[in-house]
Amino acid sequence: MNEIELLNWARGPGLTYATIFMVFGLTLRVIEILSLGRPKELAEVRDSGVRDGWRMVIMRSLPERRNWKRITAAYLFHVGLLIVVFFFIPHTQFFRDVFGVFWNGWPNYIIDFVTVVSIAAMLYTLAQRLFDPARRILTTIPDYLAWLVTFLPFVTGYMAFHRLGVDYTLMLALHILSVELLMIALPISKLTHAVTFAMSRWYLGSNNGRRGIHV
Amino acid sequence: MSQDKQVLAGELQRHGISRRSFLKFCTSMASAMALTPAAAVEMAQKLSTIRRQSVIWLSFQECTGCTESLTRAHKPSLESLIFDFVSLDYHHTLQAASGEAAELAREQAMHENGGQYILIVDGSIPLKDGGVYSTIAGISNLDMLKDVAKDAAAIVSVGTCASFGGLPKADPNPTGAVAVADIIDDKPIINIPGCPPMPVVMSGVLAHVLTFGIPELDALGRPKAFFGDSIHDRCYRRPYYDRGEFAKSFDDEGARKGWCLYELGCKGPITHNACATIKWNNGTSFPIQSGHGCIGCSEPDFWDMGGFYKPLSTGTSNPGQWAGYALAAGAAAGLASAAVNKAAKAKADKVHQPVTIEDMGKK
Repeated sequence: MNEIELLNWARGPGLTYATIFMVFGLTLRVIEILSLGRPKELAEVRDSGVRDGWRMVIMRSLPERRNWKRITAAYLFHVGLLIVVFFFIPHTQFFRDVFGVFWNGWPNYIIDFVTVVSIAAMLYTLAQRLFDPARRILTTIPDYLAWLVTFLPFVTGYMAFHRLGVDYTLMLALHILSVELLMIALPISKLTHAVTFAMSRWYLGSNNGRRGIHV
Repeated sequence: MSQDKQVLAGELQRHGISRRSFLKFCTSMASAMALTPAAAVEMAQKLSTIRRQSVIWLSFQECTGCTESLTRAHKPSLESLIFDFVSLDYHHTLQAASGEAAELAREQAMHENGGQYILIVDGSIPLKDGGVYSTIAGISNLDMLKDVAKDAAAIVSVGTCASFGGLPKADPNPTGAVAVADIIDDKPIINIPGCPPMPVVMSGVLAHVLTFGIPELDALGRPKAFFGDSIHDRCYRRPYYDRGEFAKSFDDEGARKGWCLYELGCKGPITHNACATIKWNNGTSFPIQSGHGCIGCSEPDFWDMGGFYKPLSTGTSNPGQWAGYALAAGAAAGLASAAVNKAAKAKADKVHQPVTIEDMGKK
C-alpha cells in the first residue's frame, strides 16, 4: 500500500468505520446511562435538585483556585482543542461536507499558535502525571492511552501543516488515521466525557440538591 | 547507412541542427533535472556520440492523450527526439505501417536489438476475463507486454495509466486494469505519470536514460528530479494558503485575486509533479495559474479521491449518512440494553429480602 492508497483509505472506508463506531458507541452509552435512572431515595427528598444540577454544570466548568498551573494547562488544552478542531479552515471544510453548515475559519497563524500552546499544555499535564507521586499512583494505563490518542492528532496535524518529518501525503494520512483512532476511543474510554460531562455534572449536582446539599 | 548517420552528431548535422542549439537543449534538460552544469556538457558529449536507440512503444488501455502531449514537447520537440535520438521502431499512432506489417516491425526490432531496446508503455493492462478487454493483432495486452518486456533493457511507463492504472483502474475497475509495474518485476521501470505527463519530463528522462542511465527514482518509481516536490510546495499561490486566504467559488473576489484553491478541491498538497515550475505550453501556464485546482493526475488512484472539487480535508465516502444509520442503530441498541437492565433490576427487586436489625444479630 502506498501513501496515496493509505490516504484514500483513511478518507474513505477508515472514516466511515470510525464514524459508525463512534456514533453507535456514544449513542448506546448515553441511552444506557440515562436509562439507569436514579437509585431509590431512602430518605425524604428535600428539593427537586434542578437548580443545583445546573449550578454544578456551571461551577465545575469554572476554574478552581487550588492549583492554578494545572487548571491553566487543562483550560488551555480544552479551549485549544475546540479552537483547532472547529476553526482550522480545512476542518471547517470537513464539517461543511458532513453537516452542510459552514462558518468562517480563523487565520492559520492563530491556529498554529493555539496548536503549539495546546501541545505544551498536554505535555505539562503528562509531566504532572509522571512526576507527581500522588497522580502517578492514580494514573492507569488507560489514562495514558487516552492522553496519547488525544495528543497524536495534534502532533501529526502540526507536522503535516509544517511539512515536518515524512512526506506530506503520508503525514496527512497519519493525521486522519490518528483522528479516527480518537473517534474509536471516544465511546470506550473516559474520553466519553466529551459528550457526557454536562449530564454527569447535572446529575451529581441535582443528587446533592435532593439531599439538601446546596453548593 | 553510413557510420556517421548512426550516431546522433551526424544525424543532427544532416537535419541542419547547429551544435549551439544542441548544447542549448542539453543545458535546458540538465537544468530541468537539476543536474550540474558539467553534466550538461557530459550529456552533450554522450548524446552526440550515442548510437540510435531502438524504442518500442506499446499502447494499451489509453486515450492517446500521452502521445498527443508528447508530440507537443516544446524543447526539444518529440520529432527531434524520435528522429534524432531514437529509432522508434513501433508506435501505433505514429508509425506508417499498419496491420501485420506493424507487428512485423515490432518483432524485427525485438529480434535485432534484443536486450538493448527501451520499451515505452502507455495505457493500463486489463487482467479480468483473460485480458479480453484490450487486444492488439489478437494478442492480449498482458501477453504482448510480457513478450516485449522480456528482452527490454529498461521500461518507461508513460502516463498515469501505465504507471499506476489510471482512469481504467478507477473504481470499480471493470476491466481489472493494472500498471506495468504490477506485472513486470525483473526490469528497471521508470514511471512518468500524469494525465497527460509533461512533455519536457518525458524528453528529459529519455535524454537522461540515453546518457547517464536510469535517473534517481522515488518510492513510486518516478524520477525525483521532476517529481521530488509537490505542486503545493512550488505553487505561486502558496502564500495565500499559509495566510488562510481561499477562493470560495470560481468567480468570487478571492478567485479574482488569485487566492488559494484548496477549498475548491485543489489536490496540489499531495501531488508530485513539475507543473508549477516547468509549466505547460512552452512554459506559459499550468492549471492552478489558469484558475483551476490541481486534480492530482500524477498520483495513484487520483480518480478515486472523492471528486475533483472536494477539499482534501473532507471524506471520500459519505460519513454524514453513515452517522445517521449509526445513530439509529445505537439508539435501538441502547433501548434494548435499557430494557434488559430494567428487567434485571425488576427481578432483583422481586427477590430482594430486606435485612432487619434483628436479622443482623442472628448467628
